[in-house]
Amino acid sequence: MNIAPKSSFVLSMRHLLGIEGLSRADISGLLDLAEEFVELNRQVEKKRTSLRGRTQINLFFEVSTRTQASFELAGKRLGADVMNMSTSSSSMRKGETLIDTAITLNAMHPDIIVVRHHASGAVELLARKVDCSVINAGDGAHEHPTQALLDALTIRRNKGDLEGLTVAICGDILHSRVARSNIILLNTMGARVRVVAPSTLLPPGIERFGVEVTRDMREGLAGADIVMMLRLQRERMNGSYVPSMSEYFHYYGLDEKKLSYAKPDAMVMHPGPMNRGVEIDSIVADGVHSLIREQVEMGVAVRMAVLEALSRNLPNA
Amino acid sequence: MLSDRRPILLANAQIVDPSRDLDMQGDLLIADGVIRETKRGIGAAGVPEGTEAIDCRGKLVAPGLVDMRAFIGEPGAASRETFASASQAAAAGGVTTIICQPDTSPAIDDPATVDFVLRRARDTAIVHVHPMAAITKGLEGKEMTEIGLLKAAGAVAFTDGDKSVTNAQVMRRVLTYAGDFDALIVHHTEDPDLVADGVMNEGEFAARLGLLGIPKTAETIMLERDLRLVALTGGRYHAASVTCGESLEVLRRAKDAGLNVTAAASINHITLNENDIGPYRTFLKVTPPLRAEDDRKLLVEAVANGLIDAVMSDHNPQDVETKRLPFAEAAPGAIGLETMLTAGLRLVHNEEIGLMALLRAMSTRPAELLGLSGGTLRAGAPADVIVVDPDLPWVLDPAELKSKCKNTPFDEARLTGRVVRTIVAGRTVYEYV
Repeated sequence: MNIAPKSSFVLSMRHLLGIEGLSRADISGLLDLAEEFVELNRQVEKKRTSLRGRTQINLFFEVSTRTQASFELAGKRLGADVMNMSTSSSSMRKGETLIDTAITLNAMHPDIIVVRHHASGAVELLARKVDCSVINAGDGAHEHPTQALLDALTIRRNKGDLEGLTVAICGDILHSRVARSNIILLNTMGARVRVVAPSTLLPPGIERFGVEVTRDMREGLAGADIVMMLRLQRERMNGSYVPSMSEYFHYYGLDEKKLSYAKPDAMVMHPGPMNRGVEIDSIVADGVHSLIREQVEMGVAVRMAVLEALSRNLPNA
Repeated sequence: MLSDRRPILLANAQIVDPSRDLDMQGDLLIADGVIRETKRGIGAAGVPEGTEAIDCRGKLVAPGLVDMRAFIGEPGAASRETFASASQAAAAGGVTTIICQPDTSPAIDDPATVDFVLRRARDTAIVHVHPMAAITKGLEGKEMTEIGLLKAAGAVAFTDGDKSVTNAQVMRRVLTYAGDFDALIVHHTEDPDLVADGVMNEGEFAARLGLLGIPKTAETIMLERDLRLVALTGGRYHAASVTCGESLEVLRRAKDAGLNVTAAASINHITLNENDIGPYRTFLKVTPPLRAEDDRKLLVEAVANGLIDAVMSDHNPQDVETKRLPFAEAAPGAIGLETMLTAGLRLVHNEEIGLMALLRAMSTRPAELLGLSGGTLRAGAPADVIVVDPDLPWVLDPAELKSKCKNTPFDEARLTGRVVRTIVAGRTVYEYV
């Protein structure tokens, strides 16, 4: 069974560098297209041919398992030739600059480059130096657009619509690109966003992002439809941002008690990889309210949708 | 280099001399490397034979600028900038005296290096160059340099460049000892622990870009500490680059208390704000970082009323390798010798500041602070003079810049007003044609 997608949505831009700049219609269009791929991915025959002949390079300057695997599968299922490059094997280790790497890869005529980099703005910098489409797979603490899209798809499938929902994003907002992309997307789609974190993990100026800010999980989760937990890096819990893992878990770790402050049908999300017992209790992570595994599934579908929608814009498409 | 040393008559100009609050239409006569007189209608009869008369109708004549803070790559980083290239840039920008910074490689922290710099500049530069020497050996913030000998060798002031002396005891001793030699201590005030991994001004904009912020407090806390040490020691102190309203309050209190304290702001901080960074433009990454528009306005006001004594270029050439990087990884710094006056004229055209106040902060005051003879058009002063067409519109093309590096925040900016002639010690060293 290999029918053409019903949605003919085209993303009217060359790159996907962030959620910033996407309209409500863009986001809905991508999510609708992704829905079709969810169905496709559940079939035995998952292959499409829309990216046949296209070359996709996954350029990861920062280690990633799930995002890279997800983009690789997405590209392959659409028929693209996918090449993975990561820092451990690339010449970045030999001192080549980001721009030189971009120019080198550009000379090989890829159609799409998927980039993750540890520095905010690095993907945009690279995009200016290449002729192909660039997809941001996470840049520093700036944006991670496909994560926000997969989160939105997951929420939409479980709650019907994003508009009017209350979403609590909890944890290390300061260092999180996931939080930034989600805040922008959820605001665009008419959801009500709260951020919950200790003050040391909130970026100064966050109150001007159109979100409600609180330092208290009970207050932040009250009446929430969605509780979105963020990963806290281990090096940030040794006294630099929070005093200890156990104090952090005590006040901000999502356990059943804290989850009970949210709506009875509230759902729990986490972009992964999880620190069980730090920001989330295993009982909650694996419980009936958890959407964490579904998020991973939606990840592949959303990335297929992004690749498909951008490729419809490529020359000779 | 034009080496004509005939007498020069700059005729029918608007003469602006902040050293005596003079703003008049008239003529200025230069001979033998010094200013002879300024008055209305000197005329052909009143000039020596062979005088080159230049009609300056519609133009300004002012003292050449004295730039208190410019990084030049000699010794150690000649690929970034040499005295020759920096002085060409300076001449094109109306800067007749450059004060070069000691954060070179090796650092300018002993008399022999001061001597090297002075000789090298004398042989290759077309404007005056004076070095500042380091406050501490190797700019390490630990042991004070030979302040007496360095001053005797020609160091006009002492600074650790863009490093702060974090140890308060070291700073106390430096201020105390420097006082014995009437040496000026120029300090970059940023607490490095509060700066930490920050790369731009802390606030909403940094949060949106996903960049770690530098709080204004990092600057103000260090300035406050310094000013209390000045009160304790009685030294002569100059804050190298203040950037925010909170620092101005601290500075105001110290000045009102009669402390021997002065301050400068960079041309970047009085003409640009954090929003100009836009999509991660690394040419606008400077140290301290560009602040919000409110702070910029307060700085301009402080320059206008004299709370901020001097405006400097903070010229810091960075090449492609250190700038074409993600924002957090790019080196801070912007070139400014060539654009400081024209950028400042923007403020004059926008009626944010008067011409006299701007020129005073760029010439007269820095010369006074450093004990130099420039910054004035008084008869008998060295003939370091600029002619400016204040209304000339132009677009900055980085390729035309004289500096070796092109990291200008005014890349392709539309500007109004530029230097059309620069005279150093009576010689025309730059002419815009």
